[in-house]
Amino acid sequence: MFNKILIANRGEIACRVIRTAQRMGIQCVAVYSDADQHSQHVQMADEAFYIGGSASQQSYLVIEKIIHAAKQSGAQAIHPGYGFLSENEQFADACQDAGIVFIGPPASAIAAMGSKSAAKSIMQEAGVPLVPGYHGNDQNEKTLQAEAEQIGYPVLLKAAYGGGGKGMRAVHKAAEFSQALASAKREATASFGNDKMLVEKFIVKPRHVEIQVFCDEHGNAVYLAERDCSVQRRHQKVLEEAPAPALSEDTRQAMGEAAVRAAQAIDYRGAGTVEFLLDANNDFFFMEMNTRLQVEHPVTEMITGQDLVEWQLIVASGGVLPLSQDQVTLTGHAFEARIYAEDPQQDFLPSTGHIAYLRTPDQDQHIRIDSGVRQGDDVSPYYDPMIAKLIVWDENRDRALLRLQRALREYRIVGPTTNLDYLHRLATHKDFVRANLSTQFIEQHGDSLLHVNNPMPAALNHACIGAALALAAQQNNLATGPWAQAQGWRLNQAASIQFELQFGEQKLQLDVSQAASDSQLFSVRTHVETDTSQSSETLEAVQIRAQLEDDTLTITHQGHRFELNVALCAQHYTLFSGQGRVDYQAIDTQAAFGMEEDAGTLTAPMNGTIVAVNVEVGDRVEKDQALVVMEAMKMEYTIKAPSAGVVEQVFFQAGELVSDGAQLVALQVEDDA
Amino acid sequence: MAVLTSKINPRDETFVANQASMQALVDDLHTKVAQLKLGGGEALQQRHQARGKMLARERIERLIDPGSAFLEIGQFAAWEVYEDYVPCAGVVAGIGNVEGVQCMIVANDATVKGGTYYPLTVKKHLRAQEIAERCHLPCIYLVDSGGANLPRQDEVFPDRDHFGRIFFNQANMSAKGIPQIAVVMGLCTAGGAYVPAMADESIIVKEQGTIFLAGPPLVKAATGEEVSAEELGGADVHTRISGVADHFAVSDAHALDIARRSVARLNRPQGAQIEVQEVRAPRYPSEEIYGIVGTDLRKPYDVREVIARVVDDSDFDEFKQNYGNTLVTGFARIHGFPVGIVANNGILFSESAQKGAHFIELCAQRKIPLVFLQNITGFMVGKKYEAEGIAKHGAKMVMAVSCAKVPKFTVLIGGSYGAGNYGMCGRAYDPTMMFMWPNARISVMGGEQAAGVMATVTRDGKARKGENWSAEEEAEFKKPIVAQYDAQGHPYYASGRLWDDGIIDPAQTRTVLGLSIAAALNAPIEETRFGVFRM
Repeated sequence: MFNKILIANRGEIACRVIRTAQRMGIQCVAVYSDADQHSQHVQMADEAFYIGGSASQQSYLVIEKIIHAAKQSGAQAIHPGYGFLSENEQFADACQDAGIVFIGPPASAIAAMGSKSAAKSIMQEAGVPLVPGYHGNDQNEKTLQAEAEQIGYPVLLKAAYGGGGKGMRAVHKAAEFSQALASAKREATASFGNDKMLVEKFIVKPRHVEIQVFCDEHGNAVYLAERDCSVQRRHQKVLEEAPAPALSEDTRQAMGEAAVRAAQAIDYRGAGTVEFLLDANNDFFFMEMNTRLQVEHPVTEMITGQDLVEWQLIVASGGVLPLSQDQVTLTGHAFEARIYAEDPQQDFLPSTGHIAYLRTPDQDQHIRIDSGVRQGDDVSPYYDPMIAKLIVWDENRDRALLRLQRALREYRIVGPTTNLDYLHRLATHKDFVRANLSTQFIEQHGDSLLHVNNPMPAALNHACIGAALALAAQQNNLATGPWAQAQGWRLNQAASIQFELQFGEQKLQLDVSQAASDSQLFSVRTHVETDTSQSSETLEAVQIRAQLEDDTLTITHQGHRFELNVALCAQHYTLFSGQGRVDYQAIDTQAAFGMEEDAGTLTAPMNGTIVAVNVEVGDRVEKDQALVVMEAMKMEYTIKAPSAGVVEQVFFQAGELVSDGAQLVALQVEDDA
Repeated sequence: MAVLTSKINPRDETFVANQASMQALVDDLHTKVAQLKLGGGEALQQRHQARGKMLARERIERLIDPGSAFLEIGQFAAWEVYEDYVPCAGVVAGIGNVEGVQCMIVANDATVKGGTYYPLTVKKHLRAQEIAERCHLPCIYLVDSGGANLPRQDEVFPDRDHFGRIFFNQANMSAKGIPQIAVVMGLCTAGGAYVPAMADESIIVKEQGTIFLAGPPLVKAATGEEVSAEELGGADVHTRISGVADHFAVSDAHALDIARRSVARLNRPQGAQIEVQEVRAPRYPSEEIYGIVGTDLRKPYDVREVIARVVDDSDFDEFKQNYGNTLVTGFARIHGFPVGIVANNGILFSESAQKGAHFIELCAQRKIPLVFLQNITGFMVGKKYEAEGIAKHGAKMVMAVSCAKVPKFTVLIGGSYGAGNYGMCGRAYDPTMMFMWPNARISVMGGEQAAGVMATVTRDGKARKGENWSAEEEAEFKKPIVAQYDAQGHPYYASGRLWDDGIIDPAQTRTVLGLSIAAALNAPIEETRFGVFRM
């Protein structure tokens, strides 16, 4: 076994690898970029090396820097995690050249699976079933389109060197083909530096079921059951589970054996995943093989009781697989939910920012959290916006799902917008509960999944936040004396504590009165003004008893006692309950009283890079015309004209970095009249 | 530790009756205050709000910190004084925390006669400034006023303590480093223009605030020039061209936020000059004061029962307990602050006056704030007492009270008659703040006594002339005098004329005193130098 390894990654996976390695007594070396100076993986590691700028092209993707750090540290092996250099054959070669063990498959296996078209030929030879499609080298658009016609729409365009849903487009009819191809190619170029495309039959209502395989250098190979990752958004997995619901033992075995054949066909070593599409007839088709540890590997660990990173280390150091196929047993059911900094209500736009408040469910044998961020960390725009993975296990799917639903409610983040509520809606969706799954699940249920429903009456929520603010102000008041403890005292009148808050489009004025004789007793009256309709109303006063201890707010309302968590951050106040979250904002006086915003101002929605500027100064543009295309968080965003007008100024050129809120274009808006 | 043990029985008949009668007075007080809060009435308030303006009290709520107390002063100013209804004398004033700094806030109420200055409006404004100056409280003027009340110009303009004194005070407070901030949220005409102009920092609300020496009608009359109010003295003119105001605000709320930012930048270090201890609530509920005191001033009670419901932990170290015991003196704490308490427990004798003088000297020497609980019919009279020199003993107490430079707080908890008022720090003796309970009475002597004295003089006069005066005639003669004294000694009569800083619910006494003491301690306590005590 190794004494010391380097982890060429960051975030949760780096932390996760370090955890196992350190448990095994192995010294861990981390690497970090500018943005990660204070990150958790750096602090967890025994030592860490600086490898450059925040952009991954300047740090985590630079092979020489990583090899250099490994040599400097004396690490005997490198664990690549997932993403970054994990499936880069040059990196695997470079490790070998430097005399360092690459914890992963041989470079040849990576190369064989790196090109999807080559992979398919190999699989075909090994007798692994394939989806009908075109994997040829002729990339002429006409050829591709003809092949698409041949296969029959709908078809799927896929980047030959891609993965993770990048450079992939479903085409439902011939008319869309050309545009989809261009877009897929552009994304493929940006992500993988190669725009070669495959065309495949698009299987309707398929499930994504993948097999975990493991091989050692002694010729042993096993499969560790499957994972169902059907719940995907734009081909990005969102919820994963193991085992796949309603999968017969025969199919499992057939798929597992096919997966092992696939691995053996390329002389595989270490952890790999063979992804299949499973249709309604239990027919399965090879999609691709991922030659790394998958993000969702923990669900396999939970049902097999194995530590796959430990297995990787054993195999990489020349050991024998810990189990033979007949020793592999499956117990219970596990789910994984990927918690992302993104806004489901805004087409999953990645969000960045400071994690001002973070509370997680308690970890135990049922709940596992793989995370690389802590309260006070920033979600930077440079890397994948995943905050954490929440993994739950129980005896069967129903019980595990109950735990997942509850744990999602207990996972509380204030700062960047997250998909936590969205995940909860997914996990409680009746079709998910019934395991009525397909890779189109999110597409099909899109609207109902976006519907936000908070059953607690607004006036009660407002009363709770009002009481919490009053109590917190009293607790945080360092001043002493009667003025500090006055609780809104008034001469010859009832006390009055007032707060103004923004609540969505409503401006709230909370009139909180605290009983002089009992500081836990509150009466809160809310006056609501709606920005848009200019209407106002006063809600009926709500009487509650409230106690605040740290961030736990205990409320009694009409004899009903319940607990809430309350996060009172600088400008942002949030109530968390079993029903969800309610967000309030302190009224930003600067913004509220600022000069009226110029309607013609167009700003960057987040930090990113300008990909294309489609207009020049003086151009006349129509409403919704694309002005600027920018790329952020590996996604493209188009900034469109809010109304017809003339371009007055363009502030950036293609290739430039812009920060959130930067003005991109000044537009002289035309009057409708 | 000398914790007072209450001897009252809340089930006692007298207690129950007292409680009911005092409760009725307190309820009446609350009803009147609720009415005062409506300013010039709901119709005018709605019209005011319809212009996008906040009400005076809303402005104050917005200005002060959430949860801050607001210690209103002169709440009953002008109450039933004028034929016009002028609630709060058209100006809301009081102390509130702004960004943690105690400030004196003076807010014109434009719904009351356009916020014009009646004589009592001027008096209240000046009183607020006086408290601010005494306590070193930054002043924030929320200006929305038509200026002097023209029909009463002779009572508001020419004299020393008239309108001009407002600006004199602004200048002199500024000179002492007491910040002066004006927020122009409405009219600010003629003399009123000097409020923002004399301020250290001023803020003006667009399309609401105007500052000019002469408004458009006067300009037209004088020069024929036609100009709108906004062009003549609006926010844009004054923040961009004239420099009369410093900050441009888009709304009342914006202006108040700027004022808050301004206070946050004042750099007012809070120096501790007094030893403060942890606050402990009294051991007995303050509401029991109702049942102890009642409303019949002739019924005696032990004032220590009141003290036990005002001071921290009911802990009271009495000074000279066995000497001159019609005056109770001793050390205690209110909201953690050390105080010396001087409380009447009967008529003043020579010994009690000397004891009072001694105790006041002690507090002045040790820089301990003084609290006077005044319930006094006067000094003892009679040959024996004159002979033992009660006048000079009383004078000692008056000398001590006059010269003591520690913060002094007077609460009229019962009668305030004659020279007793002087020795117990009446208005003339410059208490930092002075409040009155709704059961209290104030006059040079009781109505019966005054009628008796005047009847005696009249009878003697008639006797010299050989005229007859029947008992019925005498009774008829006395009746209006008693009635006059009763009316003029009433708390609302007194507070309406600003003889005090407000009528307070007895149950709020502890809080009022705590807030007042804390506010007063913003100013350093001066050294006291006494005059010549007649020995």
